[in-house]
Amino acid sequence: MNFGGAIDFIFHARESRAGGTEVGGSQLLPLIGHHLLLTGVSVAIAVAIAVPFALWLGHIGKGEFLATSIANVGRAVPSLALIAFFVAYLGVGFENVTLALVLLAIPPMLTNTYVGVRQVDRDTVDAARGIGMSALQIMRRVELPLAAPLIIGGVRTSVVNVIATATIAPLAGYVTLGDPIIAGGVYGSDGQLGAAILVAFIAICAEALFALLQRAAVPRGIRISHQLSGGTS
Amino acid sequence: MRRTTLAAVMAAAALAIVGAGCGSDDDDDGATATQAPTAAATTEAAPGQIQENPENEKVHVTVGSKNFTEQKILGEIYAQALDAAGYEVDTELNLGDEKTALKALEDGQIDAYPEYTGTALLSFFNVPTDELEGIDSEQAFDLVKTDFAKDGIAALPPTPFTNSNEVAVSGETAQKLGLKSISDLEGQSQDLTLYGTPECRQRRDCLLGLQETYGLKFKKFVPVDPALRHEVLEKGQADVSIVYTTDPQIKRNGEVLLSDDKHIFPPYNSTFLVKQSFLDQAGPDFQKTIELVNQGLTAPAIQELIARVDLDKQEPEDVAEQYLQESGYVVDDD
Repeated sequence: MNFGGAIDFIFHARESRAGGTEVGGSQLLPLIGHHLLLTGVSVAIAVAIAVPFALWLGHIGKGEFLATSIANVGRAVPSLALIAFFVAYLGVGFENVTLALVLLAIPPMLTNTYVGVRQVDRDTVDAARGIGMSALQIMRRVELPLAAPLIIGGVRTSVVNVIATATIAPLAGYVTLGDPIIAGGVYGSDGQLGAAILVAFIAICAEALFALLQRAAVPRGIRISHQLSGGTS
Repeated sequence: MRRTTLAAVMAAAALAIVGAGCGSDDDDDGATATQAPTAAATTEAAPGQIQENPENEKVHVTVGSKNFTEQKILGEIYAQALDAAGYEVDTELNLGDEKTALKALEDGQIDAYPEYTGTALLSFFNVPTDELEGIDSEQAFDLVKTDFAKDGIAALPPTPFTNSNEVAVSGETAQKLGLKSISDLEGQSQDLTLYGTPECRQRRDCLLGLQETYGLKFKKFVPVDPALRHEVLEKGQADVSIVYTTDPQIKRNGEVLLSDDKHIFPPYNSTFLVKQSFLDQAGPDFQKTIELVNQGLTAPAIQELIARVDLDKQEPEDVAEQYLQESGYVVDDD
């Protein structure tokens, strides 16, 4: 196993180790595409479930125990075990893997969203109620924007988790960048390392992207108040 | 066709391993290795008992194995047999994959471990799979033996059983579609879903061979965790699944293995790899003992032993002891 060989594998197709087929280089494109699609779909579904639910829990100020327990239990269950468990009900394939990854992605979003909403200054919420905002309006226009950086932070954690875990998908019927890592006999150790580097690279890119989003999501008012307090001290 | 002979033997007496013994494994060629069941009648009577030789006491041997059931059983069988022959034996039966095991052997962490001829050729000696098409057990072993000799490792004559890739269908499917060999899938495979390991997708001794050598097109190929290879067949998700010859689920679930009439699957007989330097000072009993206990290791026999561990939840150590006693290699002195 060497680094140069792994980099070469990423950029140039070669005869597979077992012979009879080409691997690496442009042959990786469909695997990258599948990997991103799987990640995107899983995270999108998880956001659609976790964020509104935690927003509501945070708003009514109840279910802290529920939110944290789900999150903790969710984190403890290995995705591969989930996939094996779902085989009986769903069979293997895209749906099965997606469901497992959704369950993996939910906990960090759930916790972060809940905490994000709870840490919104109660005076602000009271003021919003005072000027006649409905519960839904408070959630959408006060709590959601103020919690946004934390929510995106949760998404950021989930995305990185999902990108890394999507490598097990080839064990459940969906070929992603995990394929070279799992099928070492075909791709060789260069392929294993090359795919691992690629997955790490994608994860780092996603991490950086969401870090930017997180900064951009800080509401202007808060940014100004930070600048002011920073300036006076 | 070989499949049916094996099945017959298996039905006759899973425990009467002695009866299925393949007779003499000649030192060099392992010629009789694959024609196990029919050879029994023509060769010498039941294999003998392991003789304890006090001379061997001063030889200390560490037997290794990889970390799955079949290997652990083999490791235990060899360790206990060598122990019965008077050797001082240690075991290291959890060595991960073949690369880890070979490294342990080369580094002297272990002195010997069982390895499959097919694995050695494909994984250690990088022989492309297309060169292995049509090769038989004896030829595979000769290649392995020659290649290992260059590295100072002796490959002892292999087991009669081979643990190769197999194309399995449920008994129901076999009957409905009239399937006996892989060629029988012709004209029907386009309606069938094939499950195999992720590696299978791009291997000539798997999906590629089925497509190119047999000319089969399946409705879909689904890569799956090898641990699920029987479950998907049982649940009806897979019409056809790639399994291994020695899987005990084949018998329990009534699966039918389709014979590989165009020989795309290379043989995977198990050979005991020993460091040549160790073998030279271990005395003649070492190889003799291994060859003796190898005789009873036919496909039905090893399948039964694996079933006792994986399905009946017994310990590999106990199952190996049962094998040695039931075969008469070791007499129960409790």
